[in-house]
Order: sequence, then structure tokens, then C-alpha cells
Amino acid sequence: MKTLFPLGLGCSLLLLVQSTLASDLNDEFNQLLKSSLRSKGPVKIERVLRQDEVQELCSDPDQMISTDLATQVIKQQLETVEYPEDGHFLGDWRQGEKIAQSGKGLRFNDKADVPSGGNCYACHQITADELSYGTIGPSLLGYGKMRGYSDEVLRYTWGKIYNPQGYGLCSNMPRYGHQGILTQEQIKDVMGLLLDPDSPVNQ
Amino acid sequence: MKLVVLICVISLPLRVAVSDDTKDGIEEYRELIADGNPAELWELTGEEIWRTSAGPNDVSLETCDLGEGRGVVEGVYVRLPRYFEDANKVMDLEQRLIHCRMTIQGLSWEQATAHPFGDSTQSSDIEALVAYIAGQSRGRTIEVSLNHPDEKKAYELGRQFFYFRAGAHDFGCVTCHSGDGMRIRLQELPNFDDERQAQRIYGTWPAYRVSQGEVRTMQHRLYDCLRQMRFPEAIYGTDLITAITMYLAKKAEGGTFDAPAMKR
Repeated sequence: MKTLFPLGLGCSLLLLVQSTLASDLNDEFNQLLKSSLRSKGPVKIERVLRQDEVQELCSDPDQMISTDLATQVIKQQLETVEYPEDGHFLGDWRQGEKIAQSGKGLRFNDKADVPSGGNCYACHQITADELSYGTIGPSLLGYGKMRGYSDEVLRYTWGKIYNPQGYGLCSNMPRYGHQGILTQEQIKDVMGLLLDPDSPVNQ
Repeated sequence: MKLVVLICVISLPLRVAVSDDTKDGIEEYRELIADGNPAELWELTGEEIWRTSAGPNDVSLETCDLGEGRGVVEGVYVRLPRYFEDANKVMDLEQRLIHCRMTIQGLSWEQATAHPFGDSTQSSDIEALVAYIAGQSRGRTIEVSLNHPDEKKAYELGRQFFYFRAGAHDFGCVTCHSGDGMRIRLQELPNFDDERQAQRIYGTWPAYRVSQGEVRTMQHRLYDCLRQMRFPEAIYGTDLITAITMYLAKKAEGGTFDAPAMKR
């Protein structure tokens, strides 16, 4: 709110009018969601009705986000990253491959106790053997071999999987750690797939 | 080691070539079987259901007004969704069929919306009806109206939803459908910011899904998109799907309608 003061009364009024109009449309939009969607299985309607700041900002069709605000939100998102308590970043790449292959979990037809997959192959090329990969994200083939296995790379990659919004606002990638999609152990296994020198990714 | 490198160098461009070949192959396959799309069976069944008396009132749907006058099925699909004065709301084809089955045939909402998606145990009358009616728009130009304030509002709400990111995965339609050359696994994704892609995709639904052995409607397509987006379940026949459909139809305006088509 502090930043509003220097703008003067006229601007504040304009902002007020704009936000009123927007909230009218938003009320109608929320009504539409409430009347057309229903909770089922692990998916609760409250979860989509209650967007967090990132989701709200990134739902703007015109992406009118000021650089200052973007910088501030990215910083906040990066601060959400919880690094492994035991200091070990790399799990079992074989498990990581299974997690990368699996698109299960958190759909309304999934059982609540089914562990979620990462579905990484839906968007990324990862190993040379898997030809059925998507192209929404960049290729990760040779990920570790190309970047090296330094602590810096480990920390960066962990953070990027945990909360990609901490690295660039409105990334298409899910916030696997922050949103509780994958457990810490699962993220370690995916880290292994990308950064274990023995993983097929790095051959 | 040299051998491995050599194989990699060769296999990279080769892989691209294979994927282009696959694409061409699928196109060729589609052309070859274009006269043998199983959706024709759904179209024939749909016509029969349209003409057969049913429901408590024991009358057919032939007096149903799908927007171009009572009983007219030719060219109606490409102008839907649209505002209907008798219902005072914007409806897509499937909502309109529910409306007609209730008001003309006397079915309840539950009866008119029962089992909208066919499966191995039971086929769907709705999928057959939609296949028949959509088929009567083949070759027509997609042209929806935003003249009525409610049509404009449906479009605006559909647009808002297209960009709406929420849920456990922060997904929205925009995540997968706003860039060129995007794929999920091997499935190519249409970019709805591109008029031609929007026309091609919107103009080929409903479609016979080879992987499911059923004709699927736009309601089903969007229902399943939402499932994969980790959204709650879309209730059949409600207004959100119609709003999204309105937005997509407008994006596809000017395209030539060519459905029911056949898809993976």
C-alpha cells in the first residue's frame, strides 16, 4: 500500500474504479466456477477458487506485471524453497526415472493415497531412450554432464524443481515442492536422474 | 566411443525425419480412411434418435429449435454456442439438446443429462445426436455471434478461464495452448493464439477417438482437459464449458467445419 501514496488521489481513485470493475467480473467468474465444477477424489473446488498471488498474477491475459512487483514475488517464491534437511541432494536415479514417467496423482479420478508422479516426460526430453517426450519445457538430456555437479548446480536444480516461480514469474512448470506434489524423497530421486553421473541422462 | 558419437550424430537428424514421416504417415492414413470414419455410425444412430418419439410426451426432437428455426439441423453447429431467447441464456449444442429433451419430450434434468459419455457398457444418445447434428454443418464456415450481451459475456468469461491458472499444478488452458510447436509427449498441441490452428482443431470436433472407440463431443474434450489440469470435475451441461467453447469458437471463426473427424 505504501507505494500508492506518491501516486496522488486521482490515480488512487482510478485504481479503485478499475478494481471494482474487475471484482464484478471476478464475482461472476467465481459463480461460474462454483456452479460448473465439483470436488471429486483428491481435488477440492476450494483449491481452484482460492488462487495464491502467483496464480492470480499469472492469470492476467495481458501479463501486466510491473518489474518491481515481479522481482518482489520471485524473491518471495525463492524463499519458500526448503532444501534437504540432511544436506543430501541426490537420491536413486532409477526411482527418479519412474517418477519422471508417471503422470499419476492429484487428478479427480486418482485415489488420494496414490503417490504423484512428476510427469516430467510430458514436457521435457530427459533420457535418449525415451522418444515419447514433450516440448513445452527445454530438453534435459545431458543435464549434469553439461552443467557439472557443483553444489551451486545442485542447489539451483533443487530450487527450480521445488518452486520454479522463484526463478522466473509465470513459468509453466508446476511447483513440485511448494505445492506438495512430490515429497522431498521423490525430488531427491528426480535430482538423481538429472545429476547422478551414472544416470542415463548424463551418458 | 567414436562409434557411439557417430550414431548420435546420425540419429539426431534421423529422429526428426522419422517424426516428420510419422506426421505425413498419419495424414496419409487419415486421407485413406476418410470415407470410412466410424463416426458415420454415430451420425446414422443420431439421426434415428432425432426422429424417434421418446420421453413421457412420446414425441421426437424434430420440433427442437437449434438456432436456425424449428427442426433445422443443417448449418446450426457452426453458429453455436448462441443466445436462445426462450431459455434466456447462451447454450452450446449439448445444453440446447438437454433443453429440448426437457421441454419437448418431458424428461427431467437428471434423465436428459444421464450418461453423456459412452463407454464399453453403454453407448450415449447424446454423442450420437451431436455427431448427427455436427455432420450437418460439414463444409460450412464457423461463425458465432457476439451481438447479444450474454454472448459477449460468455466469450469474456471463456477468455478469462483460458488464462486462469489454479490448482495443485498451477495449470490453465494457456499452459499448453499458447505457443507454437508444443507437444505433450508426442501429442501436438494447438496454439489458440494462431487463427489457422484454432480453425483446424475447433473445426474437427466432435471426433471419433480411435483410442476410446467412441465419438467424443466438445463437452467431453474439455471435461478431460480439466481432469488433466488437476481441476475439479466439470458438471455436465453447465455454463463453464459453454463459455470456454464460445471463446474457442470465436478464435476459430472463418474456418471451414469438417467434423465429426477421426482422431487418435
